Amino acid sequence: MRSAKPLTAAALLAATAFVATACAGGPAPEAEPAEDIDLRMTVWTSNEDHLALFDSIAEEYMADHPEIASITFDPLPFDDYTSTVTTQVAGGNAPDLAWILENSAPDFVSSGALLPLNEVLEGTEGYDFDDLAPSATALWESDGALLAYPFSTSPFVVFANDDLLAAAGQPTSAQLQADGAWTWEDVSRIGAAVNDSTGKAGFVIRDFDYLNWDYLSTVWNGWGAAPWSEDGSTCTFDDEEMVEAFEFLHDAAFTSQSMPGPGTTADFFAGESAFTVTQISRANLLADGGFAWNLLPLPEGPVGDYSVTGQAGIGVMSQGENTAAAAEFLAFFTNPENAEKLAAYFPPPRTSLLNAETLAAANPLLTEEQIESVVVPGIENGEVRPSHTDSAEIGQQVRASLDDLWVAGADIPAVLEGTCAAIEPLL
Amino acid sequence: MTYRRRDALSGYLFIAPQLAGIVLFVLVPLVLVVYYSFHEWNVLAGTFTFVGLDNVEKLFTDPRLGSVLTATAVFSVGLVVFNLTLALVLAVLLNRRWRGITAFRTIFFSPVVVSLVAWTIVWGFLLQDNGGINGLLAMIGIDGPNWLREGPTAMLSVIVVQVFKNVGLNMVLFLAALQGVPRELQEAARVDGANDRQIFGRVVLPLISPTILLTLIITIVGSLQVYAQIAVLTQGGPGISTTVLVYYLVQQAFDFHHFGYGSALALLLFLIVLVLTIAQWQLRKRWVFYEN
Repeated sequence: MRSAKPLTAAALLAATAFVATACAGGPAPEAEPAEDIDLRMTVWTSNEDHLALFDSIAEEYMADHPEIASITFDPLPFDDYTSTVTTQVAGGNAPDLAWILENSAPDFVSSGALLPLNEVLEGTEGYDFDDLAPSATALWESDGALLAYPFSTSPFVVFANDDLLAAAGQPTSAQLQADGAWTWEDVSRIGAAVNDSTGKAGFVIRDFDYLNWDYLSTVWNGWGAAPWSEDGSTCTFDDEEMVEAFEFLHDAAFTSQSMPGPGTTADFFAGESAFTVTQISRANLLADGGFAWNLLPLPEGPVGDYSVTGQAGIGVMSQGENTAAAAEFLAFFTNPENAEKLAAYFPPPRTSLLNAETLAAANPLLTEEQIESVVVPGIENGEVRPSHTDSAEIGQQVRASLDDLWVAGADIPAVLEGTCAAIEPLL
Repeated sequence: MTYRRRDALSGYLFIAPQLAGIVLFVLVPLVLVVYYSFHEWNVLAGTFTFVGLDNVEKLFTDPRLGSVLTATAVFSVGLVVFNLTLALVLAVLLNRRWRGITAFRTIFFSPVVVSLVAWTIVWGFLLQDNGGINGLLAMIGIDGPNWLREGPTAMLSVIVVQVFKNVGLNMVLFLAALQGVPRELQEAARVDGANDRQIFGRVVLPLISPTILLTLIITIVGSLQVYAQIAVLTQGGPGISTTVLVYYLVQQAFDFHHFGYGSALALLLFLIVLVLTIAQWQLRKRWVFYEN
């Protein structure tokens, strides 16, 4: 038999050469190119209307900036969005700009992954930097520097199916509100009645699915509860307020059955539930003439009125090849004129645009009254969904711990204590 | 250049594309995984620090790894037992000359060519608490469990979904092996007074034992690499009862950004696959017939 030594040697040589190249640190960073610049921004939306609007703004920018050869918007699947972006960074293919979701904001903001934007935004003529609402920028700041533009601040609201309420012999949602019966207890009571008489679901926390627990902040904030202290260093899952909030949810799922239990789905927009908690942008799922519906703020909890928002930011990746050009494009992309165009789909952080006129143009399905009473206060006063550094690992630990809670007869305080024990080392 | 050298050179040129692929996509990643396992890589911060054996040590102190390895073992054993048994039974049944038997073979093989994720999503709907499986059970008066939300049934569900997905492949391999069993040997055994069970156990099984070894190795290695089914059906839950090694590895590396520890887990998986494959290969001498 002939020796395989030459083959083995060739393979090892090639492997060693490749590894040496990959790991040797590489050449010193090159100066950024001054022409033929290709910019790439990762986004999670693949909606054609959204992408067409982005492209039109990019084309307008390129017309005045011959040094920019192309601007590409790269849609990535939502479920793996953050992992895909970080994998691209790890592979030396960092995007120039990235859309960042609120739950991973602390990781990006605290790591140095993003370029500080104050200088370029404040230095851009007509940008009106002070127009950005402080409540919207808070999540994206570190040591006084703004590290991402809070591109979309979308409030969580309640959609109600008035036809289903009527079929169950219940008052309409407007009537409930007028009677001062718009609390979580009322929603659960009426939801249980709807389930009892029609077999449809009462209320659904959309996208929660007994896995994505952070959507429950739309409920527990009404009890004044939070998963961790404000500075993020102490777990508060086992606080009394949180226990009471989970007792309410557990009762809704397993006793009154006003909320579908684990493993059961009900799509509000297909007419399968009386109420759903979701973001305002889901209004586009309402079918014409499907059923009579109404838009309401989140119901009152024991602590009274409150609101919750979801947020996304756009940042310039420090490890991108064209940081300066990317920052300048971001300043154009989010200037007052373009922010107004983008407001058609993404509630803006600019206080000058938070009015019924702008938002009504963006949301033709909603009345001015609904926008003024639900959407604008929701954006202005909303608390952003919980976020923390190492959010993915914390999220997984919490999900695994809370699985013990989603069974009949669960010991809720004990499960929540266990949740704290699981995540304390990560806080 | 001598004829012999020219001959060797042309041989190397022919295998060069394949060799380049193996080097680039097998050897280099393997070497890099070893290299990364000695480092801590903060991708977002852009730092890459040598940490020695820290990641390997973490394998011994990780409180979740024991449960993960147990789940991996349960999944692998369950899959191998269900898959090989069902594949063999189907192959024996479909190794008849009945009318329309080709159609049945196609039906049982068709899941193999269906997209894995699509297949799993459909099963996810069927296994919901108010899904199709429980609907069928309700028709015969049985109140079905919440399949994907309870520990034991969640693991069973993932195994069954995977068995139905790939049983057709092993079935075809067994079918080919069964058709290679000489008919005269079976007839001779029958003449000697053997019944059907004895013929199958004493004549057919020994003759198809090389195929059983092949399917066993393929199925075990495949079972250790399952990821998409877990991600779609259970996300490793409830708790971490269905978190198998590859799912945990991907979570650590790509979701939690612990690329160094993820690499150490990948090495552990490599070692497990290597040891199991070598063990099976050695054990073949005891139960595989006609093996040179």
